[in-house]
Amino acid sequence: MIRLNAKIPEGPLADKWTRYKATQKLVNPANKRKLDIIIVGTGLAGASAAASLGELGFNVSAFCYQDSPRRAHSIAAQGGINAAKNYRNDGDSVYRLFYDTIKGGDYRSREANVYRLAEVSNAIIDQCVAQGVPFAREYGGLLDNRSFGGAQVSRTFYARGQTGQQLLLGAYGALSRQIAKGTVKMFTRSEMLDLVIVDGKARGIITRNLVTGEITRHAAHAVVLATGGYGNAFFLSTNAMGSNGSAIWQAYKKGAFFANPAFVQIHPTCIPVHGDYQSKLTLMSESLRNDGRIWVPKKKEDAEAIRAGKLSSVDIPEEDRDYYLERRYPAFGNLVPRDVASRAAKERCDAGYGVGTGLAVYLDFTDAINRLGKNVIEERYGNLFQMYEKITDENPYKTPMMIYPAIHYTMGGIWVDYELMTTIPGLFAIGEANFSDHGANRLGASALMQGLADGYFVLPYTIQNYLAGEIMTPRISTSLQEFQDAENAISERISRLMSIKGKRTVDQIHREFGMKLWDLVGMGRNKDGLQQALTSFKDMKDEFWGNIRIPGDAAGMNPELEKAGRVADFIELGELMALDALNREESCGGHFREEHQTPEGEAMRHDGKFMYVSAWEYQGKDKEPILHKENIDYEFIKVQVRNYKI
Amino acid sequence: MSNIFTSSIGKKLMMSLAGLFLLAFLLLHLAINITLILYKDTETFNRAATFMGTNPVIKVMEVILFGGFLLHMVYGAVLQVGNLMARPKGYKKANYSQTSFFSKYMLHTALIITIFLVLHLFDFWVKNKFLGSVHEITYADGETYHNLGALVLERFKIGWVVVVYVVLLLGLGFHLHHGFQSAFQTLGINHKSYTPVIKTLGVLYSVVVTTGYISIPVYIYFFK
Amino acid sequence: MSLLRYRSEIIKFKEMNFTLKIWRQENARAKGRFETYQLQDISPDCSFLEMLDILNQQLIDKFEKPVCFDHDCREGICGACGLYINGRPHGPDKGITTCQLHMRKFKDGDTIVVEPWRAKPFPVIKDLVVDRSAFDKIIQAGGFISVNTGGVPDANTIPVPRKNADIAMDAAACIGCGACVAACKNASAMLFVAAKVSQFAMLPQGQVEAKERVLKMVQKMDELGFGNCTNTGACEAECPKEISLSHIARMNREYFSATFNA
Repeated sequence: MIRLNAKIPEGPLADKWTRYKATQKLVNPANKRKLDIIIVGTGLAGASAAASLGELGFNVSAFCYQDSPRRAHSIAAQGGINAAKNYRNDGDSVYRLFYDTIKGGDYRSREANVYRLAEVSNAIIDQCVAQGVPFAREYGGLLDNRSFGGAQVSRTFYARGQTGQQLLLGAYGALSRQIAKGTVKMFTRSEMLDLVIVDGKARGIITRNLVTGEITRHAAHAVVLATGGYGNAFFLSTNAMGSNGSAIWQAYKKGAFFANPAFVQIHPTCIPVHGDYQSKLTLMSESLRNDGRIWVPKKKEDAEAIRAGKLSSVDIPEEDRDYYLERRYPAFGNLVPRDVASRAAKERCDAGYGVGTGLAVYLDFTDAINRLGKNVIEERYGNLFQMYEKITDENPYKTPMMIYPAIHYTMGGIWVDYELMTTIPGLFAIGEANFSDHGANRLGASALMQGLADGYFVLPYTIQNYLAGEIMTPRISTSLQEFQDAENAISERISRLMSIKGKRTVDQIHREFGMKLWDLVGMGRNKDGLQQALTSFKDMKDEFWGNIRIPGDAAGMNPELEKAGRVADFIELGELMALDALNREESCGGHFREEHQTPEGEAMRHDGKFMYVSAWEYQGKDKEPILHKENIDYEFIKVQVRNYKI
Repeated sequence: MSNIFTSSIGKKLMMSLAGLFLLAFLLLHLAINITLILYKDTETFNRAATFMGTNPVIKVMEVILFGGFLLHMVYGAVLQVGNLMARPKGYKKANYSQTSFFSKYMLHTALIITIFLVLHLFDFWVKNKFLGSVHEITYADGETYHNLGALVLERFKIGWVVVVYVVLLLGLGFHLHHGFQSAFQTLGINHKSYTPVIKTLGVLYSVVVTTGYISIPVYIYFFK
Repeated sequence: MSLLRYRSEIIKFKEMNFTLKIWRQENARAKGRFETYQLQDISPDCSFLEMLDILNQQLIDKFEKPVCFDHDCREGICGACGLYINGRPHGPDKGITTCQLHMRKFKDGDTIVVEPWRAKPFPVIKDLVVDRSAFDKIIQAGGFISVNTGGVPDANTIPVPRKNADIAMDAAACIGCGACVAACKNASAMLFVAAKVSQFAMLPQGQVEAKERVLKMVQKMDELGFGNCTNTGACEAECPKEISLSHIARMNREYFSATFNA
């Protein structure tokens, strides 16, 4: 426990960040030029950090696996970004945003971090507007807001259904400006395969050029991971196809602690799985729950008839429909937080009331259309309805949408302290890649806020506190033995993968593994299942390393090889997720242990025993990692049971 | 400023300005020609043609007109070469995108118009100006004019000439159909409510000008 | 009505067969060729890229190299995917990216020709993958507002008329996929460049650098070897975000104003 020092500044909550900034060490402009920083990933967190650090005068190298930094998956965020501007005069404040985030996270996040997040949220909006992000506006020309789940105020800024895209393009513009100026060197189609540690400090990375297959060494005084979450471990998720956990997994294997791996967010409104060939799941914005009503048939035989194609949704009379969210949570109804809505859908489907393939529920707009008219609904959700129709070929104005929960976001990630530094000195993790701000469940429109907070306003300060101690360190040489060793290990791993020449494709194994992970470490978890998962993932690892087939060769572009490396890491990551889920004998946020629920089926936290962050330390291949606990102390708010019923 | 002659948008500006000028010229030219079929004799036409050939202001304009043609053609060629170079390897499957039909064939129609121009200039302008093969006629007021009208009537009594003219003029029409509205778009004139009007005007213009021009040889062939 | 609803929910479509003619090219220097593949029992609900996934699984089973194509988000927003399908960028549907195209848009037994984007500034890297870094270079030339992090005014001190904000957003929706270039008979990038220029032209924040921005971006576009716009509108017709030609007109105005009011 001694090794986990979150370095939270002393003093009252509201003063911590100010005090930190006032007393931290800084690097003078002449020295900034001499310091190299590597940033991996160019999503909201990575691009904003690279741009900001480049502006400050550091010598930045940025890496992304996509063909352009503009394509990072932050771009797919639809709904919006939270900030405590209180432009609506509805009683919002930094404290309230802080409080909602802690509560939404089911009391498993750090007060100081979350307060800082709320504190800098306003500056993000200012920054983005100055960059020309076309946020939605009112007729008076001022910024508009919408409401999101888990809050009683309207604090979400948005740009139609493409907020993530617009924010990312803003950061990409800022990054492009620095690339043109030469302060940031951009490496596209480059995947980080290993982290290089020299004398206990993060000093560089090894990358593979995805076009030429070339393995390259890159050295720096500090390395920043902004590589997003690991939701793709499940194969089917709302993540992009290339989103992966390999960078953070290599960091973990090199000594960075992995925090709360079991905390995965399952988004309740996704388009259900419809075939074995399916490659990904598409999210329908949470905002749909503002006007849509979720239901399944009350009678099992009706549900069966619907699944058999003998009945359709319209044949079920009103009195035979079970609006289960409204029934179970009268106070919040269809607007309960994501974890609650997802579990409720699973409960109904598991009980045999699902529609479609059996793993789907209805999201019905009939009432809203009758009440507000089709035009209003079209104005609010037109693009989403169109998207739904393109995918399913069904018109949601006429038939209810079918939705089902899907993996969406990972609250867990690399453990970081208040300065966003991992347990490896000089290695930082920002955005979804770290674990810091969302506890056990993230509120809608908070991911964009955290990514940009880390990249624009937190890391550019805190990294200097570390780098100030590095000003005497000359440029790191890539010919050090440590780089040689890391490169050799990578080359060896690649040739091993290529030489297996087994029978099964990467996708086949990934799909099989993902299904297992979903069944056993997904929305509902129990001891037996988790133990079963641990055994079966070990077998899968053997199957993978003994029977994978990668055509082509390692030189040149080879997507199968790229995927193979990622899937190998996902399987190991899955083991850690199961292990963490097994250890956490309580239900909180996105983590639901079936043994720990109230008689009504609600999640039951055990604050006395589990009010901690579990941070796992790698011990070597096939050895059980060591669990470190960072206790979470709530000094400023009162811990309560989340209640969305009354 | 120099970028207006070298940049893509600059070159397009030249194209569109020259194009608009030529559009205006075509109207004027048509107005004179149409007198051939509006009036019984060729006197009005001959007077107008001579005025056009001798008036000092018009003479200056003639140079500008040639300049306009040249500019439009040279810049068109330069842009076209750039366009061809921008896609050294083409598609196997021809483009199927929904675009305005005539816009795809601007190069082809431009070549047709060039052929037309050569033929037409030789037929009337060269013959009149340099070969001196046009007879003179003296009207009631004692003024003597080149009887260009007679030459026109003579040419358009020949069947194949009429056919060639009609076909080539159709090419001109197609070119104008897209060219008219395209010139406005290039100039940056695109507006929710005005652009449909411009497009309609463009269609109207191209139809009126083309039918106007075509009606002359056809009318002469059949009715004069 | 009720019958219609009923049908759409229960009818399972018959699976389909296709003949695929796909451009294969080992690397940037290699000479490419079309390969023909037969694909059976494809569900009409399958997306175009999922159909290619199925083909690739079959190729791997035969120890052949799978077809390389760019793709990432598979929900029409990252702009990574882009295939020229039967003569149309992103295939036979409107307002979509390739990943949003579904096989129900084809007929059973169809022959589908799949080609990479073709343009000099977009050289083929492998098979259907092209290098679109030219777009990044255009943005780097000026497709941003030069503000450093921090020290900016409060967001609401810059009011923007809602109509202008909407037009800016229409333009900003560009995903940089390159379909405009692929569709254009001249391989022109005008719609892409115009989208960015137009977005900032509609916002007060963009005014300060407006002149410099348009001149630099157009210069870079020309330098990279894109063709010239002949206002055919193929770009607008194929743009997955349906960005309008009016943005090109706006860019032209910006360009003239920058040139003549320098």
